[in-house]
Amino acid sequence: MKVNMVSAINSALNLTMQESEDVVLLGEDIARDGGVFRVTEGLLNKYGERRVIDTPLAESGILGAGIGMAMAGLHPVPEIQFAGFMFMGFGQLINHAARYRSRTRSTYKVPMVVRTPISGGVRTLEHHSDSPEAFYSHVGGLHVVVPSNPYDAKGMMIKSLHMQDPVVFLEPTKLYRLFKQEIPDEMYEVELGKANLVKEGTDLSIITYGTMVNQVTTVVEKRNLNADVLDLRTINPLDESAIIQSAKKTGKVLIVHEAPLGFGIGAEVAARIAEKAIFNLSAPIIRVGSDSFPYPFPGYENYYIPNTLKISKAIDRLLGA
Amino acid sequence: MDNIQVLDENGSVDASLFPEGLDDGKILEMYRYMSLARALDNKILSLQRQGRAVTYGPMLGEEATQIGSAMAMRENDIFVPNFRQHGVFLLRGMPIELILLYWKGYEEGCMIPEKVRGFPYIVPVASQMPHAMGIAFAQKYKKSDVAVIGYVGDGGTSEGDFYETLNFAGAFKLPLVTIIENNQWAISMPRARQSAAETLAQKGIAAGIKCVQVDGNDVIGVYKVVKEAIANAKDGPTVIECVTYRMSMHTTADDPTKYRSQAEVDAWKPRDPIDRARRYLSGKALWSPDFEAKMQEEQAKVIDEAVAKAEAWKPDPKSIFEHVYSYMPEVLKEEYDEAVANDFWQGEVSS
Ligand SMILES: Cc1ncc(C[n+]2csc(CCOP(=O)(O)OP(=O)(O)O)c2C)c(N)n1
Ligand SMILES: [Mg+2]
Repeated sequence: MKVNMVSAINSALNLTMQESEDVVLLGEDIARDGGVFRVTEGLLNKYGERRVIDTPLAESGILGAGIGMAMAGLHPVPEIQFAGFMFMGFGQLINHAARYRSRTRSTYKVPMVVRTPISGGVRTLEHHSDSPEAFYSHVGGLHVVVPSNPYDAKGMMIKSLHMQDPVVFLEPTKLYRLFKQEIPDEMYEVELGKANLVKEGTDLSIITYGTMVNQVTTVVEKRNLNADVLDLRTINPLDESAIIQSAKKTGKVLIVHEAPLGFGIGAEVAARIAEKAIFNLSAPIIRVGSDSFPYPFPGYENYYIPNTLKISKAIDRLLGA
Repeated sequence: MDNIQVLDENGSVDASLFPEGLDDGKILEMYRYMSLARALDNKILSLQRQGRAVTYGPMLGEEATQIGSAMAMRENDIFVPNFRQHGVFLLRGMPIELILLYWKGYEEGCMIPEKVRGFPYIVPVASQMPHAMGIAFAQKYKKSDVAVIGYVGDGGTSEGDFYETLNFAGAFKLPLVTIIENNQWAISMPRARQSAAETLAQKGIAAGIKCVQVDGNDVIGVYKVVKEAIANAKDGPTVIECVTYRMSMHTTADDPTKYRSQAEVDAWKPRDPIDRARRYLSGKALWSPDFEAKMQEEQAKVIDEAVAKAEAWKPDPKSIFEHVYSYMPEVLKEEYDEAVANDFWQGEVSS
């Protein structure tokens, strides 16, 4: 099938719901309305109100219910309408989803996939454009994934629903309908914790994920660069060996993400390279991110999100060093 | 629990409930503001359709709830809105160009003049209610007699922040008036499935708070109950459920035909808050087609001037760096300087 990311995730949900009665979807406006981005469209008709559940407007309730359902043997997929509203239920994820397994030494587990749209670039209102992956990665205990294309989105969603751990599945709004890709109709898995080498080269390594994968490949193609482009896909746990391998090969590393620069994923990646490969580097590691403050109103977003010019100038600095 | 209606659908008033001190002049003023709110609503919708505004949540049908409650506020009372109270802002004297700047996607639209005595739009549902409660706490602390009026939707009453607010307000006897603008829908979720509670106002009972339901399309009724709640605020909080209807889409990004019938919407048309007030005024010979035409012309002019002002205004990207803190830390200045030095904002890389 040739599909966009919305249909790819929809297909993953459909196949896993078919496979197991335990998979249950819950969230605001996901049933009758099919979700505000239409990701769950058609699933109410197919699986009924018992398994595709419109909830009252309460995120802490949705996430807490998900945790309880998961511990009672179901495999819930709570949808939070936008990542900015997941903070209303932040305590449930950080205090509980991340910890039930370790604090009971695996006696209790939380098999749950929390879905929410992230990132900006589509002129949405306040709180509809955050990139919060660092928050959920920092706690430990939560898998955090950010697919950048329909193939990965479907495969990682299926893999997530075959695991017995909580997964925070972050879907870049901008990529939902940006492009289509030929992907298998049937069930397939994409491993979590494994990065994807999108382009192979020897002069520099660009490590990125989510909305920035397209931006980076655009620059690499326009400038005809001989670069490794590594799409992390899973933020936590990081694919450290793929990162170190590429860094050692090229000796020059640029990290690009849409989330704010300060205290972000780039800092974690850079630190790991510094610890394990610093003597293989021929230039300082450079990071590109949005500026270090909360996402501005949409009228200003183009001054905030890294554009291809900003990425390209960083490459100049890296190659000129 | 009381369920108040003063002005019925035919424009007749229940004299026994008619609020003290309300005269026809004020009713006419409320009529004007409801009309202005509707005209502005239409204008922003059309700007949005032309790409000149961002996603917008219309207030069509909810004018009486907003204008009636705002008119009941005293000069120094403070309001805390969610994202739909455009009418409240208007009546409180918010410059229209600022409302427009917000809906064109600029923080400058939140630079609310002090005299408005209101706080900016809040998007995360119900999260403004604890602020309203805290603001009320501060009034009590300072021994001021100011009341705080907080707005929340029917959907918002499901959030923990809503219940926590009511509980605090009751426990501390705060001067807080909570207005539930029950427009029957929270995006695709109908009121009946949002909560098994028979009324939303009754959520106040568990918190030990006075509560009342009012016809939210009756501008006189809303004015009356809010006025009374404000008068009682020094003795404690009130919850008011204004029963109204969202006649339009949730926002411009929403397609209501997916989840509700046209018949349901049509059933609410005869209860329109503006038509109802017009029938009343007409009966008192305070309204005529000439008056209407002149008023609409004036209002269109006011709105067009504000649109021109808002569109002449130019954003300054430096502003997104300057207001993060009370000063600019070195690390942030570095990010700003780098952007300027490299012309990052000028566009995309070419081959
Ligand atoms: C915490 C939070 N969750 C979800 C949303 C997305 N959302 C915006 S408005 C809305 C429905 C709100 O319904 P209601 O409170 O009845 O207010 P109305 O829109 O009807 O005025 C939802 C779910 C949000 N803005 N904030
Ligand atoms: Mg509502």
